[in-house]
Amino acid sequence: MKSWFTLAVSSTLLLTSQSVFAHWVYISNERDDTISVIDTETNEVIKTIDVGERPRGVTLSHDFKYLFICASDSDTVQMMDIATDKIIHNLPSGEDPEQFALHPDNKHLYIANEDDAVATVVDIETRTVVAQVDVGVEPEGMAVSHDGKWAIVTSETTNMAHWIDTATNQIIDNTLVDQRPRDAEFTRDNKELWVSSEIGGTVSVISTDTRQIKKVINFEIKGITAGRIQPVGIELTSDGKYAFIALGPSNHVAVVDRATYEPIKYILVGRRVWHTALTPEEDKLYTTNGVSGDVTVLDVKTLKAEKSVKVGRFPWGAAILPKDNIPG
Amino acid sequence: MTALMTMAQFSSIVYPSRSVLSAVLLLAACKISAAPLDISMVYLEQEVDRPPVLSNLVSWPEDEGEQGAAVGIFDNNTTGRFLKHDYTLRKILVPKGEDVIAAAKLALAGSQLVIANVSAENLQKLADLPEASNDLIFNAGSADITLRSEGCRANVLHTLPSRAMLTDALMQFFNMRKWKSVFLLEGNRDVDRQFANSVRNSAKKYRVSISHEKRWIEDSDLRRSASSEIPKFTQARKYDVIVVADENDDFGQYVLYNSWLPRPITGTSGLEPVAWDRVVEQWGALQLQSRFVENAGRPMTSIDYAAWAAVRSVGEAVTRTGSIIPAELREYMMSDRFSLAGFKGRKLTYRSWNGQLRQPIPLVHPKSVVALAPIEGFLHHTTELDTLGLDQPESNCKGME
Repeated sequence: MKSWFTLAVSSTLLLTSQSVFAHWVYISNERDDTISVIDTETNEVIKTIDVGERPRGVTLSHDFKYLFICASDSDTVQMMDIATDKIIHNLPSGEDPEQFALHPDNKHLYIANEDDAVATVVDIETRTVVAQVDVGVEPEGMAVSHDGKWAIVTSETTNMAHWIDTATNQIIDNTLVDQRPRDAEFTRDNKELWVSSEIGGTVSVISTDTRQIKKVINFEIKGITAGRIQPVGIELTSDGKYAFIALGPSNHVAVVDRATYEPIKYILVGRRVWHTALTPEEDKLYTTNGVSGDVTVLDVKTLKAEKSVKVGRFPWGAAILPKDNIPG
Repeated sequence: MTALMTMAQFSSIVYPSRSVLSAVLLLAACKISAAPLDISMVYLEQEVDRPPVLSNLVSWPEDEGEQGAAVGIFDNNTTGRFLKHDYTLRKILVPKGEDVIAAAKLALAGSQLVIANVSAENLQKLADLPEASNDLIFNAGSADITLRSEGCRANVLHTLPSRAMLTDALMQFFNMRKWKSVFLLEGNRDVDRQFANSVRNSAKKYRVSISHEKRWIEDSDLRRSASSEIPKFTQARKYDVIVVADENDDFGQYVLYNSWLPRPITGTSGLEPVAWDRVVEQWGALQLQSRFVENAGRPMTSIDYAAWAAVRSVGEAVTRTGSIIPAELREYMMSDRFSLAGFKGRKLTYRSWNGQLRQPIPLVHPKSVVALAPIEGFLHHTTELDTLGLDQPESNCKGME
């Protein structure tokens, strides 16, 4: 009787967890060598996938068929088939890949090789290295503008955002920012580049035209010393209203009003928040909390934390697969 | 010493910045600071006589310090190539017994930026040379407290933590763990006395009591008799923790697991407060560690870290100011505009009153970091980092401003 009951309950769970209204959130677990997949309807982990060593950056192909995973300690970028959860290719990424960005052409992947002071450009169709660009010490953040013109690498010890012309794969300019730049993100109209500085404690908003800083955003949270406010992941809403900044060991996500460039709210999440991802409707934000090993779900309308979801050890990156593209 | 040069050969090794960088650089434009700059620095070290110790296992890397400076130069040049800033390092190693000041005079003729790994006494002599009055000297080798107080010099900044910072870190940790009484075991050398004095001062500052104190007796071979002698030597009715003051590792390592009471061993053995250690891996430290190991073929030490931080401080100041004039660099470093990302989870800055680089202190054992001081809960009105070492009212340093 009991076992029948359990069976009934678990199959119900299975049904609800595979709900058609839900997107899937792929979370890389840095110290578990796995990816946790969260269903956004139930906000529960529906599966855990084994991948390469020390997975950090994750991103989906623009056709949503593949997930790319920076398996840093395996020195490769893995290409996973969404339909089968199988790693189908290990791309020649260069050593210690940490973050990357996919060009709008869905063909060229720009990879930051943290230990090597280079950025590697890989053609994902032919799976060959197209170019390697020398950048500063410890390249980390990667962004490609939505028009595909610019690829940006931030280097943590050199404290610069390097501007790579994607037509020639050469650096044509460098913008000096505050200490230890971690993440870079273009606004939807490509007019601004946002760069977070972890140790500097700031976010620089850079004008794409002049490649000069137009605004430096500072953060202040009552009861938390300035040293713990360490901006990392940046997520910008496409309506131009908000920027969400993950503030690391301060355990908060800052909400910045894009009209005034002022932080308007700080939302308490899990411990050492690294990166965030918005759902396709941009109504929910998922944050990876490294030290507490969980993911916090924030509601964009109310700007409140709604739920936390336990995942693997040291969740790092996040990417969201829209419901229409879920296999099966 | 493998890379030792005698005074006669005394000449320069220029770290070739270009050859270590991988490929051809194609840089069309750069607008941060257009003027090309050559920044030459000097690494000055005097070889020291290490006292004989009991264990055959104790050894210190002979290139400690210079390898840290070399990685710093590499880091600076990787940044510098985008700005047309070229950093070079000349290395001067003075054999023991030779006149370090004579060598220093020659060094100062070639560069105004000096990374010094010399004794406290020689550091002061170096700083007092008329040739050095407009120079900027970094102390990467001496933890001496006097140098950060009445013995300070306006042209000297300190990137190595003082003993006061180390022992304060230890006492903060004891407070957190509620270890209230200390058995202090002091070695017989001058540096041991300095470390023990610093432990006493920090204990007073953090209200930890030193319930027992003993000086080490050097009359046995502990490799054979530690298990019978140490228990008796540390016999007492009650103490929470042992602090060993034995900077040369003469006997400290034999105290572990042999104490009368089963208590943790800390200080210069066991749980050690350090500037850096191979076990530091958080806050991106792994990247610096692997760069260092690749270059030096061994793990990075505190003195390597201090030399690296000195070279990087210069790099950071040159990048932001576009100047190579020591006075301008010093002014920038001492201002609140300066900060250095030092892989310890917080920005590192210099104390205006004595030129000490503020920095967190990892408490480590051979396989892991146990805690990172400042320990949460120790507050300060400006920065918690100033709970470690000589805060402004505690330092008798004059004339830094």
